[in-house]
Amino acid sequence: MRRVLLIAVASVGLMAAEPPPAPDRPLPDAAQEARAQRLFDDIRCVVCQHEAIADSPAGIAADMRGLVREQIAAGRSNEAIRDDLVRRYGDFVLFTPPLRLGTWLLWFGPFAVVLAVGAALLAFARRRKAEVAPLSPDEEARLADILAGQQLRRDPDAKRSDD
Amino acid sequence: MIVETGAFALILALAVSVLQLVMAAVGRLRRSPVLAGAANGAAIASAGLIAVAFAALIFAFTVSDFSVANVAANSHTDKPMLYKVAAAWGSHEGSLLLWCLVMTGFGAALARARNLPFGLKTSAVATQGLLGALFLSFTVFTSNPFTRLNPAPFQGESLNPLLQDPALAFHPPLLYCGYVGFSVCFSLAVAALIEGRANASFWPAWGRWVRPWALASWAFLTLGIMLGGFWAYYELGWGGWWFWDPVENASLMPWLAGTALLHSAVVTERRGALAGWTTFLALLAFTFSMLGAFLVRSGVLTSVHAFAVDPERGMMLLAILGGTAGLAFALFAWRAPQLKGGGMFAPVSREGALVINNLFLTAAAATVLLGTLYPLILEAATGATISVGPPYFALTFVPLMAVALLILPAGPLLAWKRGDLKGAMQRLAIAAALTVVVALLAFAVFEPRKALSAAGVGLGAWLILGALAETAERVRLFRAPLAETLRRAKGLPMGAWGMTLAHAGLGVLVLGAVVETGYRVEAARPLAIGQSVQAGQWTVTLNEIRIVEGPNYIAEQGRLSVAAPGRRTSEVTAERRFFPAGGQTTTEIGLDFRGLDDVYVVVGERARATTGEPAWNVRVWWNPWARLIFLGPILMALGGVLSLLDRRLRLAVGARKAA
Repeated sequence: MRRVLLIAVASVGLMAAEPPPAPDRPLPDAAQEARAQRLFDDIRCVVCQHEAIADSPAGIAADMRGLVREQIAAGRSNEAIRDDLVRRYGDFVLFTPPLRLGTWLLWFGPFAVVLAVGAALLAFARRRKAEVAPLSPDEEARLADILAGQQLRRDPDAKRSDD
Repeated sequence: MIVETGAFALILALAVSVLQLVMAAVGRLRRSPVLAGAANGAAIASAGLIAVAFAALIFAFTVSDFSVANVAANSHTDKPMLYKVAAAWGSHEGSLLLWCLVMTGFGAALARARNLPFGLKTSAVATQGLLGALFLSFTVFTSNPFTRLNPAPFQGESLNPLLQDPALAFHPPLLYCGYVGFSVCFSLAVAALIEGRANASFWPAWGRWVRPWALASWAFLTLGIMLGGFWAYYELGWGGWWFWDPVENASLMPWLAGTALLHSAVVTERRGALAGWTTFLALLAFTFSMLGAFLVRSGVLTSVHAFAVDPERGMMLLAILGGTAGLAFALFAWRAPQLKGGGMFAPVSREGALVINNLFLTAAAATVLLGTLYPLILEAATGATISVGPPYFALTFVPLMAVALLILPAGPLLAWKRGDLKGAMQRLAIAAALTVVVALLAFAVFEPRKALSAAGVGLGAWLILGALAETAERVRLFRAPLAETLRRAKGLPMGAWGMTLAHAGLGVLVLGAVVETGYRVEAARPLAIGQSVQAGQWTVTLNEIRIVEGPNYIAEQGRLSVAAPGRRTSEVTAERRFFPAGGQTTTEIGLDFRGLDDVYVVVGERARATTGEPAWNVRVWWNPWARLIFLGPILMALGGVLSLLDRRLRLAVGARKAA
C-alpha cells in the first residue's frame, strides 16, 4: 500500500513539479542553430545562480533560448541580439563582461601583471649582473687559500650528475 | 550523552588550542623547552578532542538523532548509510568541524615533527594554535553543530539530493585536507619571518621543511578539485565539468598559489634563493584558502554551489581572514627586506625557469581573483552589475597558461645557476617535431577543423613528450647501453619521477580539456519509445521508461541503447529522481564509457512528440577524450605523492646546521 502511495505521489511530483517548459525546437538551418548554441553559452539565465541559458532547466532560460532563435531566424546579427539583451537585462546578462573604462582593470590587469613583473625581473637581473664585480685581491688570496686547503663544504648533491 | 560528549570535546578543544598558543608563545619568549613541549602536547590533544567531537557528530547522524538541529536539517531516516555519514560534513556546521579536524590534525603532525629547530618550531606551533583557536571559536560561537532542538522532530529534512553522491561524499574531506594543509605552510612562513634568520644557510633547510607540507596539501587539493569537477560533470547533468563558477574559482586560487609555492620552494631548498618570495607564496596559499571559505559561506557570491548563506557568519570569517592575513603580510612587509638572498643565478637557468613559472602561475591566480571579485567590487563602487564567465577566462587565463605550458618542458632541462638554452632546445628537438606532427594530425583528423583546438592538442602532447624527453635524457635512453640506462633509472630520485609524472599528467589534462571542449557534439530531442537521436557517430535510442523505487526516492528511469557503426551496442540507464522528503528532483545521467570518450545521456521532463504520443526530452553529448580530464589530475596527485616519498625530504639534511 505504502509503495503504491509513494509511486503515486512521486509520479505526480515527477510530472507536475514544474510546468513543463515548451520543448526546444531547434532551428531548421544547421548553421543558424550552431550560431544559436554558441550564443546560449554566453547568455546568463537571469534568475539562476551562475548558469548559461544553454544549461539551465529554468523556464525563463527556455523562453530566452526561444527568443534568441526567433531573432536569428529573423536574420538579426549576433551583435544586435546581444545589444537587445543588454538593453533589456543590463550587462549582467552576458558572461563576457563589457570593455569600458570601469572594466579596463579586469580585462588588462592579468597581462599588466605579467608585463610589469616581467619587466621588473629583467631590470633586477640586469642590475644584479652589474653587481657581480671581480674579486678584490684580498678575496682572491682568501679563495686561493681555501682551494689549497680543500676546505670546501661538501654539497651532498654535488656529485650527482643526474640532477 | 554522546552528543554532549562531542559538544564538550569541541569546547575543550578550543580551550586547549588557546592554551597551545599561549604556552608556545611564552615558551618561545622564555626559551623554555618544557613549555614548548607542553604546547606540542596541547596541539596533539586538541586534534584528539576534535576527532572525538567529529566521531560524535557522525554517530548522531548514523542513529538519526533529530534532537540535534544539524541532523534534523540535513538527514532523514530513509537515507542510505553512506550519505548519513557524509551528511556530517555536508552542511555548513559539519564542514566547518571537518575544517577544524583537518587543521588540528595537521597541527598535531607539525607538533610531532622532529628535526625542526626549537625557535622555528615553537613559533610555528604558536601560529597554528592561533589559527586553530580562531576557527574553533568561529565554530563554537556561530556554527555549533551540536545545538539541540526541543521538541525534536520525528523526521529530518534530508540532505540536498544533489549532494547524495559518492564523489561528493569524498570531495570535501580531500578538498579540506588541501585547503587547510596549507595552514602549516602559513605557520612555518610566519615562524620563519618571526625568527628572521639573516644567515643564508637557514633558507635551504626551511625550504626542505616546508616542501613536504606543500606537496601533501597540493596533492590533496588536486584530487579534491578533480572529484568536485567529476561530480559537477555527472550529477548536474549539463555535460560540462568546469563552469568558472565563483566557488570553483575559489578552489582554483589556492591551487595555483600552492603550485607556485611547490616550485619556488624547490629553488629555496636547493639554492637558498627566492626566500622572500617563497614565504610570500606560503602566506598567500592559505590566505586564498580562507578567502575561498569566506566567499562560499558568506553568500556574497551567487554560485551554483553557495551554501549556508549567512552575512553575519560571513562578517566573522572576513574578520578572521583580514586579521590573520593582514598581520602575516604586515610581518612580511616588515621582515622581507632584511631577508638575505641566497645563491646567484643567470636568467637562463633552472632557477630562472622556475621564476617564470611563478610569474605566470601568480598572474593566473590574480586573473582568477580579478574575475571572481571584480563584479562585487564594481557593484559596490558604481552600482553596475556585470557577469564574468567562461568567455573572459578563455581570453585571459587560457593564453597566460598556454605561454607558461609552452615554456614548461625546457625548465627541467636547464642546469642550476647557469643553463644552456641551446642545449635544452636540442634535447627537446625530437619532442618538438613529434608535437608538430600530433598537432597537424589533430587538425586533419578531428571534425570540424579547428586550428586553435589542434594547437591545444599539440600543447598537451608537448607537455607529455617534454616530460618523457627529460627522463629519457637523464637515463641516457638509447645513447648508453641498456644496463647503464636501467642503472640510471634506478638511481633517479623519486622527486624526479614525481615531477615527470605530474608534468605528463598536466599534459593529459590539457589533452582531455581541449578535445572535450573543442569537439564535443550535443543533440537534444523529445523522444517517444523506440525513437532515436543522433550525436556525431552515435545513435541513442529510447527503449523503455519505467518507474523505479530507490531507498529515499522514486525515479523515472529510461533505458537507452547507444550504437554506432562498427562499434558494439551498449545499454545505459538515465533517471530523473524525485525525493519526497525535500520535494526536489534531480537527474542521474547515463554514462556510456567508450574508451577515452563518453556518451552522456540525460532523460528530462515529459514532452509530447509531434505524433501526439508521450515522449521525453532526451539530451545527448558525445564528449571525446573526457576520460583524460579526470585521469590527468590523478596522475598529477600521484606525482606529488612520489615526490613526497623522496629520501631527501625525509632525511631533512642540514637541519642540524641551521639549528
